[in-house]
Amino acid sequence: MARYEYRPFDYQKPPELSGTPARRRPVIIAGAGPVGLAAAIDLALHGVACVVLDDNNIVSRGSRAICWSKRTLEIFDRLGVGERMVAKGVTWKVGRLYHGEREVYSFDLLPEEGHKNPAFINLQQYYVEQYLVERAREFPQFIELRFKNKVVDVKQTNDNVRAEVETPDGRYTLQADYLLACDGAHSPIRSMLGLTFRSRVFEEQFLITDIEMKADFPSERWFWFDPPFHNGQSALLHKQPDDIYRIDLQLPADADPETEKRLENVIPRIQAVVGERPFEIDWTSLYRFQCARIDRFVHGRVIFAGDSAHVVSPFGARGGNGGIQDVDNLVWKLAAVLQGQAPAGLIETYNEERVHGADENILNSSRATNFMTPKSGFEHMLRNEVLTMAKDFPFARRLVNSGRLSLPCSLAGFSLQLDDDPDMQGPMVPGAACLDAPVFDEGGKAGWLLNRLGGEFKLIRFGAPLPGCGVSQIVIAGLPIDGFETLADDTDLVAQRYGGRDGAAYLIRPDQHVAARFAQPTPEKIAQALARARGLEAA
Amino acid sequence: MSALTTDWNLGTSGDDVYAALVEAHEGLSDEDCRRLDVRLILMLANHIGDVRVICDALKRAREGL
Repeated sequence: MARYEYRPFDYQKPPELSGTPARRRPVIIAGAGPVGLAAAIDLALHGVACVVLDDNNIVSRGSRAICWSKRTLEIFDRLGVGERMVAKGVTWKVGRLYHGEREVYSFDLLPEEGHKNPAFINLQQYYVEQYLVERAREFPQFIELRFKNKVVDVKQTNDNVRAEVETPDGRYTLQADYLLACDGAHSPIRSMLGLTFRSRVFEEQFLITDIEMKADFPSERWFWFDPPFHNGQSALLHKQPDDIYRIDLQLPADADPETEKRLENVIPRIQAVVGERPFEIDWTSLYRFQCARIDRFVHGRVIFAGDSAHVVSPFGARGGNGGIQDVDNLVWKLAAVLQGQAPAGLIETYNEERVHGADENILNSSRATNFMTPKSGFEHMLRNEVLTMAKDFPFARRLVNSGRLSLPCSLAGFSLQLDDDPDMQGPMVPGAACLDAPVFDEGGKAGWLLNRLGGEFKLIRFGAPLPGCGVSQIVIAGLPIDGFETLADDTDLVAQRYGGRDGAAYLIRPDQHVAARFAQPTPEKIAQALARARGLEAA
Repeated sequence: MSALTTDWNLGTSGDDVYAALVEAHEGLSDEDCRRLDVRLILMLANHIGDVRVICDALKRAREGL
């Protein structure tokens, strides 16, 4: 299998530098990484045009983010790239934990059937970016991709935001309604706005290496505490497509980065992990864990998403996944505001909901890092006894923390959602991300519930339609109903997962989160929930 | 009487409990860490209130040393 071939994207002289008068744009996106590209595609799907600016002209060097969670795959699927990613990626759901020589336990992340997407795939960030660029190019009327276009200054007024852009042919100014700063962990725009990135840096360093190797290792995540083959405290082995394996090795806090990165020092460490098998090093990097975020993600007309807004330690798959979930939360709101369907205040709920998501990710990542790198004598003893006891005591297994893998965060209790209806049961409370389930359309064709949701508000009604609600509806019923999108729940999984007794209804947000649910809905109740979820009515 | 539970009984609070244990010991000398643990054991033993459960837990904890 040939290694990934990096093909530079074409740079074109911007029309503004060839005499074409600059037009005001709805949205400028700074950064063509996974987050910026996903935002551009989602905006296009909502009919909003944008210009994407990136200072580079190549996909990510090295695999970087590799672990894409089920929720992210569902979002990618809504954007039209999920199936391609799953087809290329390595699907896995089993993780094995070792302590020294001994396997402590293994876990299965998706023990139940009836979901379109797997718990996780591993796919190098360069593939994700390539697929997103190719998808973005299917919307030439909405998305302008401009590589080697670097934002060097940002100014905003009450009316607009202006970006000063530097290119190989000189500088120009772009004006827009909003600017999305998706320019990564070292975000220059964050610095331009003078925002503080409050951070907690951990002392330990990790050597991260991708190797190309023929091996028959299963598609599982292997994590070692105190590995017998390495004198550091932890190690991780993870399989990627194209016979690439990711190996993370914890190094002592005082190891010298420049020394450790030299190939003659990396190779023996890798040999200790994989034994006699021949391998080639594809990419290597050394980093310290860090958790940080800015206080607010919305600064007037400049909105931060992804690593520019928050960074977390790895080992929980919360960096890339968190960024894609930012986009999912933001874009429908931004589109509604730009199209005059919602007040500008709706964007403030992105701040509220995703700051909460980032804090949840930072908390979980910090705790996993603490477990991996105990500081005090007591913490060390506690950690090691949990690992020792995990062999004999089931409860101790669940205390082992090698990264609590990313789950969609609940938006329950925030201003767009109604309180739960006390007559409803089941986990799909207002704020929860919708669970998938198999469905059959009017022609009996098998499909998935989530493919029928998202992009716009939807009402799911069990049994019969509820006319006069002012929102498009899916009726879950055995027989097709004229004039309504009807889905059959032959496996009964929709009813089980949504507690769907006949007559119950769910109002679903465009990002596939539950806005409200009712055991006995009326058009008035739905209209009220809809107004709330659109930001038209204060909580 | 109920037997000693070794199955998961911490709901969704496992990581909270772990973090609370670490935090409670932060900044303490080794001696004070041991005193804290003893005080904690006595309080939890009283809370459990069942000598058979406590003795079973002691026995099984000791077996693993």
